[in-house]
Amino acid sequence: MLDESLIGRSFPPHSADVEAGRLRLFAKAIGETRPEYCDEAGARSAGHRSLLAPPTFATCLYMDVPDPFAWLLDLSIDLARVLHGAQEIRHFAPVYAGDRLTFSPRIADVVHKKRGTLTLLVKETEVTNQEGVHVAAVRTTLVVRAAQANDATPAAAD
Amino acid sequence: MPSMSLVYDAVNVGDALPPLTLPPLTRTTLALYAGASGDHNPMHIDIDFARAAGMPDVFAHGMLSMAWLGRLLTEWAPQRDLREWSVRFSAITHVGERIVCTGRVTEKLERDGEPLIRVAVATANEAGAVKLTGEALIAAARR
Repeated sequence: MLDESLIGRSFPPHSADVEAGRLRLFAKAIGETRPEYCDEAGARSAGHRSLLAPPTFATCLYMDVPDPFAWLLDLSIDLARVLHGAQEIRHFAPVYAGDRLTFSPRIADVVHKKRGTLTLLVKETEVTNQEGVHVAAVRTTLVVRAAQANDATPAAAD
Repeated sequence: MPSMSLVYDAVNVGDALPPLTLPPLTRTTLALYAGASGDHNPMHIDIDFARAAGMPDVFAHGMLSMAWLGRLLTEWAPQRDLREWSVRFSAITHVGERIVCTGRVTEKLERDGEPLIRVAVATANEAGAVKLTGEALIAAARR
């Protein structure tokens, strides 16, 4: 049930490797061509210990599990009714190729809007690296349309 | 990326960041981004799924637009100085749209002894329809 009782629920942490090849593909996908992000030698000559992960990459990597939407299904939320409403990232330390990140998500808030036709589901995820350094904190707001809402007119967009 | 931090006194409220103009959005980009980001939500890559969900077509991942804004910011200041940023996804970015990312300095402030620059950022299509708005806090050097 998508209600306030979910606030505070945490999900088991999971870990994912930051792979150099994956970073290069990510750079290609977002049109990033600067050497810090695409070329190991260029990254090192710019003072980095390896390829630098662009600022949204760690946030993306938390979907790197066999079924990243399973937690929505567990809450009986249909993926087709979910839109990404907002995203906030706080950065504390850089992320590089070769790092292993651990993600610890929890539900931070549940807010009903527009007479219950929309529900905002806020998830906060702490990200640490292999040395236990807190590298980022991520706050994701999902907009869940109720089943009776008009499917053709989403109020927010991913 | 610039190697030097922004200098606090050299930045003024109202300053515009150099805009970042993207090529027209292709389905290829959405496919690449799905694979690279790990966001395999079929809404962005499978038109059959999108139509069954009541959408006319696939559309861009919100986080792809946020990644473009990341490029805008890190072409202006070193990534290490990006303290925090947030975006609101207010409209869908469609296949074929040519997106322009813009930013403007809105405030200079100090927090916990650190000089910071607040920047308002946005993405919009060629017609000026805004897709994302947000803001970033970037650390600056005193001199």
